[in-house]
Amino acid sequence: MPLPLDQPQSGAELYEGLDPVLQRHGHQAHGLIEVLNHAQQLYGHLSEPLLRHIARQLQLPFSRVQGTASFYHLFRFKAPARHSCLVCTGTACHVLGAAQLLADLRNAGMEELGVELGSVRCIGTCSGAPLVVVDGEVWNHVSSAAVLKRLRELEP
Amino acid sequence: MSACLRLCTAASCRSRGATALLEHCRKALASDQTQLRVKEVGCLGPCSDGPLLAIDPADRLLSLQEVNGSDLETSLAEALQRGNAATGLKQWQPSGSRELSSDEPFLNLQRRLVLGRCGVVDPESLADALAAGAWQQLPRVLEQNDPAAVIELVRRSGLRGRGGAGYPTGLKWATVAAMPGSQKVVVCNADEGDPGAFMDRTLMEGDPHTLLEGMAIAAFAVGAQQGFIYVRAEYPLAIERLRTAISAAEQQGWLGRGIGGSGFSFEIELRVGAGAYVCGEETALIHSIEGQRGVPRPRPPYPAEHGVFGLPTLINNVETFGNIPALLELGVEAYGTGTKVFSLTGHVQRSGVLEVPMGTSLRTIVETMGGGAPQGRQIKAVQTGGPSGGCVPASALDSPVDYDSLKALGTIMGSGGMVVLDDTTNMVDIAAFFIAFSREESCGKCIPCRSGTVQLEMLLRKLLERRGQATDLEQLEALCHTVADASLCGLGQSAPKPVLSTLRHFRGDYLALLPAAGVQR
Repeated sequence: MPLPLDQPQSGAELYEGLDPVLQRHGHQAHGLIEVLNHAQQLYGHLSEPLLRHIARQLQLPFSRVQGTASFYHLFRFKAPARHSCLVCTGTACHVLGAAQLLADLRNAGMEELGVELGSVRCIGTCSGAPLVVVDGEVWNHVSSAAVLKRLRELEP
Repeated sequence: MSACLRLCTAASCRSRGATALLEHCRKALASDQTQLRVKEVGCLGPCSDGPLLAIDPADRLLSLQEVNGSDLETSLAEALQRGNAATGLKQWQPSGSRELSSDEPFLNLQRRLVLGRCGVVDPESLADALAAGAWQQLPRVLEQNDPAAVIELVRRSGLRGRGGAGYPTGLKWATVAAMPGSQKVVVCNADEGDPGAFMDRTLMEGDPHTLLEGMAIAAFAVGAQQGFIYVRAEYPLAIERLRTAISAAEQQGWLGRGIGGSGFSFEIELRVGAGAYVCGEETALIHSIEGQRGVPRPRPPYPAEHGVFGLPTLINNVETFGNIPALLELGVEAYGTGTKVFSLTGHVQRSGVLEVPMGTSLRTIVETMGGGAPQGRQIKAVQTGGPSGGCVPASALDSPVDYDSLKALGTIMGSGGMVVLDDTTNMVDIAAFFIAFSREESCGKCIPCRSGTVQLEMLLRKLLERRGQATDLEQLEALCHTVADASLCGLGQSAPKPVLSTLRHFRGDYLALLPAAGVQR
């Protein structure tokens, strides 16, 4: 596939926040995952133009960049919702009811609250099980009712 | 020792409000003349009692679980007005706090070698780590300038890999050292992916310098110049503290070029994962460090021969490197059989991180230290080794925890995650949980793992939904052996273990899901 070199918007200015990490890895292919991690942190998600920009900067085929990014669970290709709620589904949370918690939340219409529901495989603070991670903050020993109540109190 | 408050702000206590309590302590000390210090430390052990506060020099440990932040602030300020910090804090008991006696089995049955400084030092301060004895073994090693002697010491200690497989560490080091070429790599596998395991997180968050020093000593022993720590993205605090520790060690000249005035150079780079369990497998991890999909490849060649960027590579787990400074300090005799760090969770009264002498019995860990199952319940099993491990039945709790005893029981030591399951647990559901995990995390490269885990999960679901027959059990068992025998890497080879071990020890749970005899079609 030919690289879209003739695209009017090269992305270079749009994504200049990525320059330091690209430089740190000498624009070499082995820095790809580090670059993707930083790109997602900076821009929230990995859009196609962003992936194309990274491909050009690392001199890699677009397919190689997208193929690698899509392999890893934590990379996302759609813009995130305002809030995220991740239900931990590790072993300790599982034996303390995480599956039911996830099912209950799934049926609770989280989209209307601007909350994206997902799951995470163990964040390693199992003494708080079952737990959820909301916008990076851990809520311990939760029930679905308690989670929903607190989610409704979040800034819309 | 000067008076000091040590507040755990590692991930678990942090999730229980430790950072807010820290601010209250600091405010209380703002007008204090007694020179009392409050510092952030890593894990103090019994996470289920967190947030935890240790008080020096009285050597007290308080659970602040039921303590209100402003009450704590007022009470601390008052205690300090009553006298100097040391005497004022001897009897200090903020309302709602609960004292944990140092005679608690959870605390006094531990032998902290790897975690010796965890909970003691401020993980963000190199000066604090140095004062507590960090970075003292590397200069000794450099002065003696005998890499072979270091490897021989590690070999004689009998240290085995703490990541799960238990490969002899000295042998691995000797293999990498013997490889030709002047360029070699040391990799720390910090992709602690087993759900319910958090030993490595504890060390990285609580005492990152021990890990860095262990890696530097390993690099000197095998002749490596470049190091990588591959850490999972789910551990943001560990990543932050590692970054701080690496740059502090570089500034002090413990990492970088010409370390300690010697000809030895070693740099460490952090590589953050992106949520793929299979990257804990060493060849997949190498691919991921190289910026590729984390897909395993057949071995040989082993990483010792052909690793990161094709260079001879030593890969050890966090805890393995964490053992090295203590081993060098103590010597083989005093080090003895060493220790193992476990994370204890699940249906148990007290959960958290503990480091015990290798060979401690499961019963001691789970019942004596962990307090056993919650009130009114019985322990049914202990799951060790995560998705690659199995379940030990309560009847075998007296087995010592070491590599070979656990293997004989059909499970593995694994990295040290220990999940207690009580009598309300359906073991078939546990097997299905782990198979679903492996199915989701299979990289898809080889068919036995990719398709086998799907079929295994379908069979287990069929049983759980009471649609199963006796023949399904036979098929389940046969398929387990196929997947274990024919898969490419450790993920697939060990994925059936949770099923096989529950079939072996808890067959009754499976049979109870079959239609009663006589009504079988």
